[in-house]
Amino acid sequence: MAILEVKDLEVYYGVIQAIKGISFEVNQGEIIALIGANGAGKTTTLQTITGLIPSKAGKIVYEGQDITKIPGHKLVSMGIAHVPEGRRVFATLSVLQNLKLGAYTRNDKNELEETLQMIYRRFPRLEERKNQMAGTLSGGEQQMLAMGRALMSHPRLIVLDEPSMGLSPIYVNEIFDIIQKINEDGVTVLLVEQNAKKALSIADRAYVLETGSIALSGEASVLMNDDAVKKAYLSE
Amino acid sequence: MSFLSYLINGISLGSIYAIIALGYTMVYGIARMLNFAHGDIIMVGGFVIFTVVSTLSLPPALGILAAVVLCTILGVVIERVAYKPLRGASSLAVLITAIGVSYLLQNVALLIFGSNARQFTSVVNVPGLKLADGALTISGVTMVTIVTCIVIMAALTQFINRTKVGQAMLAVSEDKGAATLMGIDVNRTIAITFAIGSALAAVAGALLCSTYPSLTPYTGSMPGIKAFVAAVFGGIGSIPGAFIGGVLLGVIENLSKAYISSQLSDAIVFSVLIVVLLVRPTGILGKKIMEKV
Ligand SMILES: Nc1ncnc2c1ncn2[C@@H]1O[C@H](COP(=O)(O)OP(=O)(O)OP(=O)(O)O)[C@@H](O)[C@H]1O
Ligand SMILES: [Mg+2]
Repeated sequence: MAILEVKDLEVYYGVIQAIKGISFEVNQGEIIALIGANGAGKTTTLQTITGLIPSKAGKIVYEGQDITKIPGHKLVSMGIAHVPEGRRVFATLSVLQNLKLGAYTRNDKNELEETLQMIYRRFPRLEERKNQMAGTLSGGEQQMLAMGRALMSHPRLIVLDEPSMGLSPIYVNEIFDIIQKINEDGVTVLLVEQNAKKALSIADRAYVLETGSIALSGEASVLMNDDAVKKAYLSE
Repeated sequence: MSFLSYLINGISLGSIYAIIALGYTMVYGIARMLNFAHGDIIMVGGFVIFTVVSTLSLPPALGILAAVVLCTILGVVIERVAYKPLRGASSLAVLITAIGVSYLLQNVALLIFGSNARQFTSVVNVPGLKLADGALTISGVTMVTIVTCIVIMAALTQFINRTKVGQAMLAVSEDKGAATLMGIDVNRTIAITFAIGSALAAVAGALLCSTYPSLTPYTGSMPGIKAFVAAVFGGIGSIPGAFIGGVLLGVIENLSKAYISSQLSDAIVFSVLIVVLLVRPTGILGKKIMEKV
């Protein structure tokens, strides 16, 4: 069953069309990778889904409900969390303050504490540094914080925008492991990555975005051996 | 002794600047705009109190309450009608709009109340304090002003650090997009900020007019500009900065008036600002812009 359906989505920046009528779907429990070169429109797609930028045409349906016109801040309590490109942690606030802001839409204090402990178990470094200013964390730690913060809202669908960007290989592996674990806990994942190889290795299915259109799609394992994909995205 | 007295009066004047500066600094911190109409809210507050207390002969407490309520509503309405449609527009467009709103408020007041100064009856009925055998007198309004400012500062700090809305304000001031992704309604948070700033302006109006009891449609304009200077002085966007900037400004202004020249006091105040900004472009407590990786 599809948890998210995007139908004929078109997005413009002024007169420039960034997304040219794309359609795709994410099924309950899947990890879907959205790959593509710089400027292909990956971030734009995610930001349109989570209500940060408006669409010109098309439809976004989440859990059977049309969310195309719903403002971004209301989607969080509906179960969608977005880990943005560049992490965008609140640099002048502490790690703990950041995590608590992630739970902004939730009210039950006891449940919150439980979620916080769960996140500390998953990211022990965040607990060690809970009183540190987020801006002073390393890039990898900031990525963990951004993910932990998103998980604080208890999402059913998490969208991640280039979580491996700028990280050393050790961190990249750790982040991808964690994404898999999050998925095993029942959270559906929509993953945007430039690191196509890594993304395809954990994804169930994938879509390849090229200048605002979907050029290819299919099982991740099939795409990984596709010649065109190999040539364009998997070159060493 | 006279030095002490000038100092205390300076702190009191500075406390009023600080309360006004809080409104400037919070709105700037969150909406990234300079609300130049903020000073005129003070004047509106003054006229509301004047109307309730002097014209309708109702108790001062009721006057203050009415001023706070009406100014809060006014602040939110101004934001909704004049500034919200400009979200995302160039900061120059917003600035010009704010100046327009400022003139609008002044001229509406001119239309209703005329240009003659009104005698404002102090809303503070606390007896003064005579110290050191009468050599040092501290008036009731001076004490009330200083205490009010400290209470407001403390309450605001607690509000920001302890409540969800306060934390949402911090988040919005840092990154509106990321705040939205937390489920924070950015527009609502900005509206709340205007509401708080305008309520504080009403309080500042009550204190200002009680200290300098002549009320005209332009009453809020100069204190508004001085409070803006205080906010920049302390580091715009910083709440403790507004407090320190306000108090320092009031003290410098009053001491220059007393010891150098009352005509030159404003020039001195602005010179100090220029020197401070040359040495510390972000103001006394202003945050350094953090390098993003
Ligand atoms: N705010 C904006 N204003 C105008 N054009 C924009 C804006 N943001 C993105 N674009 C354009 O839209 C297109 C898609 O950009 P987008 O950021 O979605 O790409 P992306 O696939 O995420 O790229 P990257 O891998 O570099 O992050 C690009 O051509 C980009 O220049
Ligand atoms: Mg991108």
